[in-house]
Amino acid sequence: MGAENSVCLGIPVKVVELDPSGESGKVDYLGTRVQTGFALLPGIELGDWVIVHAGFAISRLDEEEARETLDLLREIVEKSENDGSFHP
Amino acid sequence: MDLFTHKTAISALLGKIKSLTRSRSSPIRVMEVCGTHTMTVHRYGLKTLLRESGVDMISGPGCPVCITPNEYHEAAIRLVTEREGLILATFGDMTRVPTRTGALQTAVPAPRSAVRVVYSPEESLTLAGKEAGKDVVFFGTGFETTIPSIALMARKARQAGLRNYAVLAALWTIPPPLRAVLESGEVRLSGFLYPGHVSAIIGTAPYEFVAREFGLPGAVAGFEPADILLAILSILEQIEDGRPRVANAYGRVVRPEGNPAARAVMDDILEPADAHWRGLGRIPRSGLILKPDYAGVDAVRKYGLDLAAGSEDLPGCRCGEVLRGVAAPPECRHFAKTCSPDSPRGPCMVSYEGACFVHFKYRDVGYG
Repeated sequence: MGAENSVCLGIPVKVVELDPSGESGKVDYLGTRVQTGFALLPGIELGDWVIVHAGFAISRLDEEEARETLDLLREIVEKSENDGSFHP
Repeated sequence: MDLFTHKTAISALLGKIKSLTRSRSSPIRVMEVCGTHTMTVHRYGLKTLLRESGVDMISGPGCPVCITPNEYHEAAIRLVTEREGLILATFGDMTRVPTRTGALQTAVPAPRSAVRVVYSPEESLTLAGKEAGKDVVFFGTGFETTIPSIALMARKARQAGLRNYAVLAALWTIPPPLRAVLESGEVRLSGFLYPGHVSAIIGTAPYEFVAREFGLPGAVAGFEPADILLAILSILEQIEDGRPRVANAYGRVVRPEGNPAARAVMDDILEPADAHWRGLGRIPRSGLILKPDYAGVDAVRKYGLDLAAGSEDLPGCRCGEVLRGVAAPPECRHFAKTCSPDSPRGPCMVSYEGACFVHFKYRDVGYG
Protein backbone atom coordinates (compact mmCIF):
# COMPACT_ATOMS: atom_id res chain seq x y z
CA MET A 1 0.00 0.00 0.00
CA GLY A 2 2.74 2.44 0.73
CA ALA A 3 6.40 2.87 1.40
CA GLU A 4 5.52 2.85 5.08
CA ASN A 5 4.55 -0.77 5.44
CA SER A 6 6.32 -2.43 2.51
CA VAL A 7 3.09 -4.12 1.46
CA CYS A 8 4.33 -3.60 -2.07
CA LEU A 9 8.01 -4.49 -2.21
CA GLY A 10 7.99 -3.12 -5.75
CA ILE A 11 11.38 -4.45 -6.76
CA PRO A 12 12.04 -7.98 -8.03
CA VAL A 13 12.96 -10.41 -5.26
CA LYS A 14 14.37 -13.93 -5.46
CA VAL A 15 12.49 -17.03 -4.32
CA VAL A 16 14.76 -18.76 -1.77
CA GLU A 17 12.40 -21.23 -0.06
CA LEU A 18 9.49 -23.22 -1.37
CA ASP A 19 7.03 -25.18 0.80
CA PRO A 20 6.15 -28.68 -0.43
CA SER A 21 2.65 -27.45 -1.37
CA GLY A 22 4.19 -24.86 -3.69
CA GLU A 23 1.62 -22.39 -2.34
CA SER A 24 4.01 -20.43 -0.16
CA GLY A 25 7.64 -19.95 0.73
CA LYS A 26 10.17 -17.21 1.28
CA VAL A 27 11.76 -14.52 -0.84
CA ASP A 28 14.98 -12.66 -0.19
CA TYR A 29 14.24 -8.96 0.26
CA LEU A 30 17.49 -7.04 0.74
CA GLY A 31 18.93 -9.87 2.81
CA THR A 32 15.79 -10.62 4.81
CA ARG A 33 13.75 -13.77 4.23
CA VAL A 34 10.13 -12.76 3.86
CA GLN A 35 7.18 -15.17 4.00
CA THR A 36 5.33 -14.97 0.68
CA GLY A 37 2.28 -16.60 -0.87
CA PHE A 38 2.58 -18.18 -4.30
CA ALA A 39 -1.09 -19.10 -4.78
CA LEU A 40 -1.49 -16.42 -7.46
CA LEU A 41 1.52 -17.57 -9.47
CA PRO A 42 1.43 -21.30 -10.20
CA GLY A 43 4.59 -23.18 -11.12
CA ILE A 44 6.97 -21.05 -9.09
CA GLU A 45 10.52 -22.44 -8.77
CA LEU A 46 13.45 -21.78 -6.48
CA GLY A 47 15.60 -19.02 -7.93
CA ASP A 48 12.73 -17.31 -9.78
CA TRP A 49 12.66 -13.52 -9.56
CA VAL A 50 9.20 -12.24 -8.69
CA ILE A 51 7.28 -9.06 -7.85
CA VAL A 52 5.54 -9.32 -4.46
CA HIS A 53 2.50 -7.30 -3.48
CA ALA A 54 0.47 -7.54 -0.26
CA GLY A 55 2.30 -10.71 0.70
CA PHE A 56 1.74 -12.52 -2.59
CA ALA A 57 3.94 -12.96 -5.64
CA ILE A 58 1.98 -11.50 -8.57
CA SER A 59 4.41 -11.65 -11.47
CA ARG A 60 7.57 -13.42 -12.56
CA LEU A 61 10.43 -11.34 -13.94
CA ASP A 62 11.13 -11.99 -17.60
CA GLU A 63 14.93 -11.84 -17.80
CA GLU A 64 14.96 -11.60 -21.59
CA GLU A 65 12.69 -8.53 -21.48
CA ALA A 66 14.75 -7.01 -18.65
CA ARG A 67 17.91 -7.45 -20.73
CA GLU A 68 16.29 -5.81 -23.75
CA THR A 69 15.31 -2.74 -21.74
CA LEU A 70 18.82 -2.49 -20.28
CA ASP A 71 20.36 -2.80 -23.75
CA LEU A 72 18.07 -0.04 -25.00
CA LEU A 73 19.07 2.23 -22.12
CA ARG A 74 22.75 1.47 -22.66
CA GLU A 75 22.38 2.34 -26.31
CA ILE A 76 20.66 5.64 -25.50
CA VAL A 77 23.42 6.54 -23.03
CA GLU A 78 26.25 5.66 -25.42
CA LYS A 79 24.65 7.52 -28.28
CA SER A 80 24.15 10.66 -26.24
CA GLU A 81 27.76 10.55 -24.97
CA ASN A 82 29.11 10.11 -28.48
CA ASP A 83 27.10 12.77 -30.25
CA GLY A 84 27.86 15.32 -27.56
CA SER A 85 24.23 15.99 -26.64
CA PHE A 86 24.97 15.03 -23.04
CA HIS A 87 26.66 17.64 -20.87
CA PRO A 88 27.42 16.36 -17.40
CA MET B 1 25.76 0.91 -12.52
CA ASP B 2 21.99 0.92 -12.31
CA LEU B 3 20.85 2.17 -15.68
CA PHE B 4 17.29 2.66 -14.45
CA THR B 5 18.33 5.50 -12.15
CA HIS B 6 21.61 6.50 -13.82
CA LYS B 7 21.95 10.23 -14.29
CA THR B 8 23.34 9.95 -17.80
CA ALA B 9 20.45 7.70 -18.83
CA ILE B 10 17.92 10.12 -17.33
CA SER B 11 19.53 13.11 -19.05
CA ALA B 12 19.70 11.28 -22.37
CA LEU B 13 16.05 10.23 -22.15
CA LEU B 14 14.98 13.75 -21.24
CA GLY B 15 16.97 15.01 -24.20
CA LYS B 16 15.09 12.66 -26.52
CA ILE B 17 11.77 13.73 -25.01
CA LYS B 18 12.68 17.39 -25.49
CA SER B 19 13.57 16.83 -29.13
CA LEU B 20 10.08 15.41 -29.70
CA THR B 21 8.21 18.21 -27.90
CA ARG B 22 10.30 21.09 -29.28
CA SER B 23 7.99 21.85 -32.19
CA ARG B 24 4.85 21.85 -30.04
CA SER B 25 3.24 25.10 -28.95
CA SER B 26 2.08 23.75 -25.58
CA PRO B 27 3.23 20.95 -23.27
CA ILE B 28 1.71 17.49 -23.68
CA ARG B 29 -0.33 16.41 -20.67
CA VAL B 30 0.10 12.88 -19.33
CA MET B 31 -2.01 11.48 -16.52
CA GLU B 32 -0.53 8.87 -14.21
CA VAL B 33 -3.07 6.64 -12.45
CA CYS B 34 -0.85 4.93 -9.93
CA GLY B 35 0.32 6.39 -6.64
CA THR B 36 3.68 4.70 -6.96
CA HIS B 37 4.24 6.47 -10.28
CA THR B 38 3.34 9.76 -8.61
CA MET B 39 5.99 8.88 -6.04
CA THR B 40 8.73 8.19 -8.62
CA VAL B 41 7.87 11.30 -10.63
CA HIS B 42 8.30 13.49 -7.55
CA ARG B 43 11.02 11.69 -5.63
CA TYR B 44 13.48 12.02 -8.49
CA GLY B 45 12.44 15.53 -9.44
CA LEU B 46 11.07 14.29 -12.75
CA LYS B 47 8.01 16.52 -12.41
CA THR B 48 10.12 19.65 -12.90
CA LEU B 49 12.54 18.10 -15.39
CA LEU B 50 9.64 16.87 -17.52
CA ARG B 51 7.92 20.23 -17.43
CA GLU B 52 11.15 21.78 -18.73
CA SER B 53 11.08 19.12 -21.46
CA GLY B 54 7.53 19.88 -22.59
CA VAL B 55 5.59 17.30 -20.58
CA ASP B 56 3.14 18.08 -17.78
CA MET B 57 2.39 15.20 -15.43
CA ILE B 58 -1.10 15.13 -13.91
CA SER B 59 -2.06 12.80 -11.08
CA GLY B 60 -5.31 10.89 -11.51
CA PRO B 61 -7.34 8.47 -9.39
CA GLY B 62 -4.39 6.18 -8.63
CA CYS B 63 -4.58 5.83 -4.86
CA PRO B 64 -7.04 3.28 -3.46
CA VAL B 65 -7.04 4.75 0.04
CA CYS B 66 -7.89 8.15 -1.46
CA ILE B 67 -10.71 7.10 -3.74
CA THR B 68 -12.43 4.98 -1.05
CA PRO B 69 -15.41 7.20 -0.21
CA ASN B 70 -16.37 8.38 3.28
CA GLU B 71 -19.21 5.87 3.69
CA TYR B 72 -16.69 3.01 3.87
CA HIS B 73 -14.47 4.75 6.40
CA GLU B 74 -17.52 5.69 8.45
CA ALA B 75 -18.98 2.18 8.31
CA ALA B 76 -15.64 0.88 9.64
CA ILE B 77 -15.69 3.47 12.43
CA ARG B 78 -19.26 2.49 13.36
CA LEU B 79 -18.33 -1.20 13.44
CA VAL B 80 -15.51 -0.78 15.93
CA THR B 81 -17.21 1.84 18.10
CA GLU B 82 -20.65 0.21 18.27
CA ARG B 83 -19.88 -3.53 18.40
CA GLU B 84 -18.29 -5.17 21.40
CA GLY B 85 -15.49 -7.69 20.90
CA LEU B 86 -14.67 -6.69 17.34
CA ILE B 87 -11.20 -6.20 15.91
CA LEU B 88 -11.05 -3.94 12.89
CA ALA B 89 -7.87 -4.83 11.00
CA THR B 90 -6.65 -2.60 8.20
CA PHE B 91 -3.64 -1.01 6.52
CA GLY B 92 -1.97 1.81 8.45
CA ASP B 93 -2.96 4.71 6.23
CA MET B 94 -6.62 3.66 6.31
CA THR B 95 -6.71 4.36 10.05
CA ARG B 96 -5.73 7.99 9.55
CA VAL B 97 -8.32 9.06 6.94
CA PRO B 98 -10.26 11.94 8.52
CA THR B 99 -14.04 12.13 8.20
CA ARG B 100 -16.70 14.25 9.87
CA THR B 101 -17.15 11.36 12.29
CA GLY B 102 -13.43 11.19 13.08
CA ALA B 103 -10.77 8.70 12.00
CA LEU B 104 -10.32 5.02 12.90
CA GLN B 105 -7.07 5.89 14.64
CA THR B 106 -8.75 8.20 17.15
CA ALA B 107 -12.11 6.42 17.41
CA VAL B 108 -12.92 5.07 20.87
CA PRO B 109 -13.65 1.36 20.37
CA ALA B 110 -16.49 -0.41 22.13
CA PRO B 111 -15.53 -2.68 25.09
CA ARG B 112 -13.12 -5.48 24.02
CA SER B 113 -12.92 -3.96 20.54
CA ALA B 114 -9.85 -2.50 18.85
CA VAL B 115 -8.36 -1.18 15.64
CA ARG B 116 -5.30 -3.14 14.54
CA VAL B 117 -2.88 -2.19 11.77
CA VAL B 118 -1.85 -5.10 9.56
CA TYR B 119 0.81 -5.20 6.88
CA SER B 120 -0.77 -7.85 4.69
CA PRO B 121 -4.25 -9.37 4.26
CA GLU B 122 -2.84 -12.70 5.52
CA GLU B 123 -2.06 -11.13 8.88
CA SER B 124 -5.74 -10.35 9.43
CA LEU B 125 -6.61 -13.99 8.90
CA THR B 126 -3.96 -15.10 11.39
CA LEU B 127 -5.47 -12.62 13.84
CA ALA B 128 -8.88 -14.29 13.50
CA GLY B 129 -7.29 -17.65 14.39
CA LYS B 130 -5.71 -16.18 17.52
CA GLU B 131 -8.71 -14.14 18.67
CA ALA B 132 -11.26 -16.93 18.67
CA GLY B 133 -13.59 -15.11 21.08
CA LYS B 134 -13.78 -11.99 18.94
CA ASP B 135 -14.91 -11.01 15.49
CA VAL B 136 -12.18 -9.88 13.12
CA VAL B 137 -13.10 -7.62 10.21
CA PHE B 138 -10.46 -6.93 7.59
CA PHE B 139 -11.11 -3.52 6.01
CA GLY B 140 -9.24 -4.02 2.77
CA THR B 141 -8.93 -1.58 -0.06
CA GLY B 142 -7.09 -1.92 -3.32
CA PHE B 143 -6.98 -2.00 -7.09
CA GLU B 144 -6.41 -5.11 -9.19
CA THR B 145 -2.90 -5.49 -7.75
CA THR B 146 -4.20 -6.14 -4.23
CA ILE B 147 -7.67 -7.50 -5.01
CA PRO B 148 -6.63 -11.12 -5.67
CA SER B 149 -4.86 -11.33 -2.28
CA ILE B 150 -7.88 -9.92 -0.48
CA ALA B 151 -10.20 -12.29 -2.36
CA LEU B 152 -8.00 -15.23 -1.31
CA MET B 153 -8.59 -14.33 2.35
CA ALA B 154 -12.33 -14.65 1.84
CA ARG B 155 -11.82 -18.04 0.21
CA LYS B 156 -9.43 -19.30 2.91
CA ALA B 157 -11.76 -18.16 5.71
CA ARG B 158 -14.72 -19.87 4.09
CA GLN B 159 -12.78 -23.07 3.46
CA ALA B 160 -11.50 -23.13 7.03
CA GLY B 161 -15.00 -22.47 8.36
CA LEU B 162 -13.72 -19.43 10.28
CA ARG B 163 -16.94 -17.95 11.63
CA ASN B 164 -15.34 -14.92 13.28
CA TYR B 165 -13.76 -13.47 10.14
CA ALA B 166 -15.18 -11.12 7.53
CA VAL B 167 -13.90 -8.75 4.89
CA LEU B 168 -15.09 -5.18 4.41
CA ALA B 169 -14.12 -5.08 0.76
CA ALA B 170 -13.45 -1.67 -0.77
CA LEU B 171 -12.22 -2.94 -4.13
CA TRP B 172 -11.89 -0.81 -7.24
CA THR B 173 -10.96 -1.55 -10.84
CA ILE B 174 -8.85 0.89 -12.85
CA PRO B 175 -10.25 0.93 -16.41
CA PRO B 176 -13.75 2.34 -15.62
CA PRO B 177 -12.50 5.58 -13.99
CA LEU B 178 -10.25 6.21 -17.00
CA ARG B 179 -13.39 6.21 -19.11
CA ALA B 180 -15.12 8.46 -16.56
CA VAL B 181 -12.24 10.96 -16.66
CA LEU B 182 -12.28 11.00 -20.48
CA GLU B 183 -16.06 11.21 -20.80
CA SER B 184 -16.32 14.10 -18.36
CA GLY B 185 -14.06 16.14 -20.66
CA GLU B 186 -13.02 18.16 -17.59
CA VAL B 187 -9.32 17.70 -18.09
CA ARG B 188 -7.40 17.89 -21.36
CA LEU B 189 -5.05 14.93 -21.75
CA SER B 190 -2.54 13.77 -24.35
CA GLY B 191 -2.08 10.28 -22.96
CA PHE B 192 -2.05 7.90 -20.00
CA LEU B 193 0.78 6.33 -18.10
CA TYR B 194 -0.83 2.99 -17.25
CA PRO B 195 -0.07 1.45 -13.84
CA GLY B 196 2.64 -1.21 -13.71
CA HIS B 197 1.42 -3.72 -11.17
CA VAL B 198 -2.30 -3.37 -11.90
CA SER B 199 -1.34 -4.25 -15.47
CA ALA B 200 0.67 -7.25 -14.25
CA ILE B 201 -2.73 -8.66 -13.26
CA ILE B 202 -5.10 -7.36 -15.97
CA GLY B 203 -2.71 -7.17 -18.94
CA THR B 204 -2.98 -4.50 -21.64
CA ALA B 205 -6.29 -5.30 -23.38
CA PRO B 206 -8.55 -3.50 -20.82
CA TYR B 207 -7.01 -0.13 -21.82
CA GLU B 208 -7.51 -0.55 -25.55
CA PHE B 209 -10.77 1.43 -25.53
CA VAL B 210 -8.74 4.54 -24.67
CA ALA B 211 -6.90 4.40 -28.00
CA ARG B 212 -9.84 3.04 -29.99
CA GLU B 213 -12.66 5.25 -28.72
CA PHE B 214 -10.80 8.34 -27.55
CA GLY B 215 -7.76 8.28 -29.84
CA LEU B 216 -5.42 8.70 -26.91
CA PRO B 217 -1.97 7.08 -26.64
CA GLY B 218 -0.72 5.35 -23.54
CA ALA B 219 2.01 3.14 -22.15
CA VAL B 220 2.34 0.77 -19.22
CA ALA B 221 5.26 1.95 -17.09
CA GLY B 222 7.50 0.49 -14.42
CA PHE B 223 8.60 2.38 -11.34
CA GLU B 224 12.19 3.43 -11.92
CA PRO B 225 12.82 6.91 -13.34
CA ALA B 226 14.00 5.46 -16.67
CA ASP B 227 10.84 3.30 -16.85
CA ILE B 228 8.65 6.39 -16.59
CA LEU B 229 10.67 8.27 -19.20
CA LEU B 230 10.67 5.33 -21.63
CA ALA B 231 6.88 5.17 -21.35
CA ILE B 232 6.57 8.92 -21.98
CA LEU B 233 8.85 8.57 -25.00
CA SER B 234 6.51 5.89 -26.32
CA ILE B 235 3.51 8.19 -25.83
CA LEU B 236 5.31 10.96 -27.75
CA GLU B 237 6.19 8.57 -30.56
CA GLN B 238 2.55 7.50 -30.77
CA ILE B 239 1.49 11.14 -31.02
CA GLU B 240 4.16 11.72 -33.66
CA ASP B 241 3.11 8.87 -35.94
CA GLY B 242 -0.61 9.39 -35.27
CA ARG B 243 -1.19 5.80 -34.17
CA PRO B 244 -2.42 5.70 -30.57
CA ARG B 245 -2.21 2.30 -28.89
CA VAL B 246 -1.43 0.60 -25.58
CA ALA B 247 2.34 0.22 -25.43
CA ASN B 248 4.04 -1.91 -22.83
CA ALA B 249 7.19 -0.24 -21.52
CA TYR B 250 7.36 -2.62 -18.54
CA GLY B 251 7.72 -5.91 -20.39
CA ARG B 252 10.00 -7.42 -17.76
CA VAL B 253 7.04 -7.63 -15.36
CA VAL B 254 3.85 -7.13 -17.40
CA ARG B 255 2.67 -9.78 -19.89
CA PRO B 256 0.12 -8.68 -22.49
CA GLU B 257 -2.31 -11.23 -21.04
CA GLY B 258 -1.62 -10.24 -17.43
CA ASN B 259 -1.80 -12.90 -14.74
CA PRO B 260 -4.63 -15.34 -15.62
CA ALA B 261 -4.33 -17.30 -12.35
CA ALA B 262 -4.86 -14.16 -10.28
CA ARG B 263 -7.81 -13.13 -12.43
CA ALA B 264 -9.35 -16.59 -12.04
CA VAL B 265 -9.25 -16.12 -8.26
CA MET B 266 -10.99 -12.75 -8.64
CA ASP B 267 -13.64 -14.13 -11.01
CA ASP B 268 -14.34 -17.06 -8.73
CA ILE B 269 -14.95 -15.01 -5.59
CA LEU B 270 -16.00 -11.53 -6.72
CA GLU B 271 -18.43 -9.89 -9.12
CA PRO B 272 -18.59 -6.40 -10.63
CA ALA B 273 -20.85 -3.75 -9.13
CA ASP B 274 -21.47 -0.06 -9.63
CA ALA B 275 -19.29 1.82 -7.19
CA HIS B 276 -18.87 5.27 -5.73
CA TRP B 277 -15.43 6.84 -6.07
CA ARG B 278 -14.40 9.88 -4.06
CA GLY B 279 -14.34 12.82 -6.45
CA LEU B 280 -15.57 10.83 -9.44
CA GLY B 281 -19.00 9.80 -8.20
CA ARG B 282 -20.83 6.64 -9.15
CA ILE B 283 -19.13 4.69 -11.97
CA PRO B 284 -20.84 1.68 -13.55
CA ARG B 285 -19.21 -1.69 -12.83
CA SER B 286 -16.12 -0.07 -11.33
CA GLY B 287 -16.08 -2.03 -8.08
CA LEU B 288 -15.94 -5.66 -7.06
CA ILE B 289 -18.06 -7.20 -4.31
CA LEU B 290 -18.11 -10.68 -2.81
CA LYS B 291 -20.41 -13.14 -4.56
CA PRO B 292 -23.48 -14.39 -2.61
CA ASP B 293 -21.64 -17.69 -1.90
CA TYR B 294 -19.32 -15.64 0.28
CA ALA B 295 -22.04 -13.83 2.25
CA GLY B 296 -20.77 -15.43 5.48
CA VAL B 297 -17.40 -13.65 5.18
CA ASP B 298 -18.77 -10.43 3.69
CA ALA B 299 -18.86 -7.74 6.41
CA VAL B 300 -21.48 -5.74 4.49
CA ARG B 301 -23.98 -8.60 4.62
CA LYS B 302 -22.90 -10.05 7.95
CA TYR B 303 -23.36 -6.78 9.84
CA GLY B 304 -25.93 -5.16 7.56
CA LEU B 305 -23.62 -2.20 6.87
CA ASP B 306 -25.16 0.87 5.30
CA LEU B 307 -22.92 2.13 2.51
CA ALA B 308 -25.58 4.27 0.88
CA ALA B 309 -24.22 7.66 1.84
CA GLY B 310 -21.23 9.06 3.65
CA SER B 311 -20.83 12.51 5.11
CA GLU B 312 -19.38 15.47 3.24
CA ASP B 313 -15.63 15.93 3.00
CA LEU B 314 -14.01 18.17 5.59
CA PRO B 315 -14.54 21.85 4.72
CA GLY B 316 -12.27 23.11 1.97
CA CYS B 317 -10.73 19.71 1.14
CA ARG B 318 -10.16 19.42 -2.63
CA CYS B 319 -9.06 15.77 -2.62
CA GLY B 320 -11.94 14.91 -4.96
CA GLU B 321 -10.77 17.44 -7.55
CA VAL B 322 -7.18 16.27 -7.15
CA LEU B 323 -8.28 12.70 -7.88
CA ARG B 324 -9.95 13.84 -11.12
CA GLY B 325 -6.84 15.72 -12.20
CA VAL B 326 -8.80 18.98 -12.15
CA ALA B 327 -6.78 20.55 -9.34
CA ALA B 328 -3.11 20.12 -8.49
CA PRO B 329 -2.39 19.81 -4.74
CA PRO B 330 -0.58 23.17 -4.43
CA GLU B 331 -3.69 24.88 -5.83
CA CYS B 332 -5.59 24.01 -2.66
CA ARG B 333 -5.51 26.87 -0.16
CA HIS B 334 -5.01 24.39 2.69
CA PHE B 335 -2.03 22.64 1.12
CA ALA B 336 1.06 22.77 3.37
CA LYS B 337 -0.69 25.41 5.48
CA THR B 338 -3.69 23.99 7.28
CA CYS B 339 -3.29 20.53 5.75
CA SER B 340 -0.17 18.39 6.13
CA PRO B 341 0.61 14.72 6.78
CA ASP B 342 0.56 15.43 10.54
CA SER B 343 -2.87 17.01 10.36
CA PRO B 344 -4.54 15.98 7.10
CA ARG B 345 -7.89 17.26 5.89
CA GLY B 346 -8.43 14.42 3.49
CA PRO B 347 -7.05 11.06 2.36
CA CYS B 348 -4.94 12.57 -0.47
CA MET B 349 -2.69 13.99 2.31
CA VAL B 350 -2.83 10.76 4.35
CA SER B 351 -1.88 7.98 2.00
CA TYR B 352 1.71 7.40 1.00
CA GLU B 353 0.37 7.16 -2.54
CA GLY B 354 -1.81 10.25 -2.24
CA ALA B 355 -1.00 13.12 -4.60
CA CYS B 356 -1.10 15.71 -1.80
CA PHE B 357 1.17 13.65 0.44
CA VAL B 358 3.67 13.09 -2.37
CA HIS B 359 3.63 16.76 -3.42
CA PHE B 360 4.14 17.73 0.22
CA LYS B 361 6.96 15.29 0.89
CA TYR B 362 8.96 16.09 -2.23
CA ARG B 363 8.05 19.75 -2.66
CA ASP B 364 11.69 20.89 -2.70
CA VAL B 365 13.20 18.08 -4.74
CA GLY B 366 15.21 18.64 -7.89
CA TYR B 367 17.22 15.90 -9.54
CA GLY B 368 20.76 16.36 -8.35
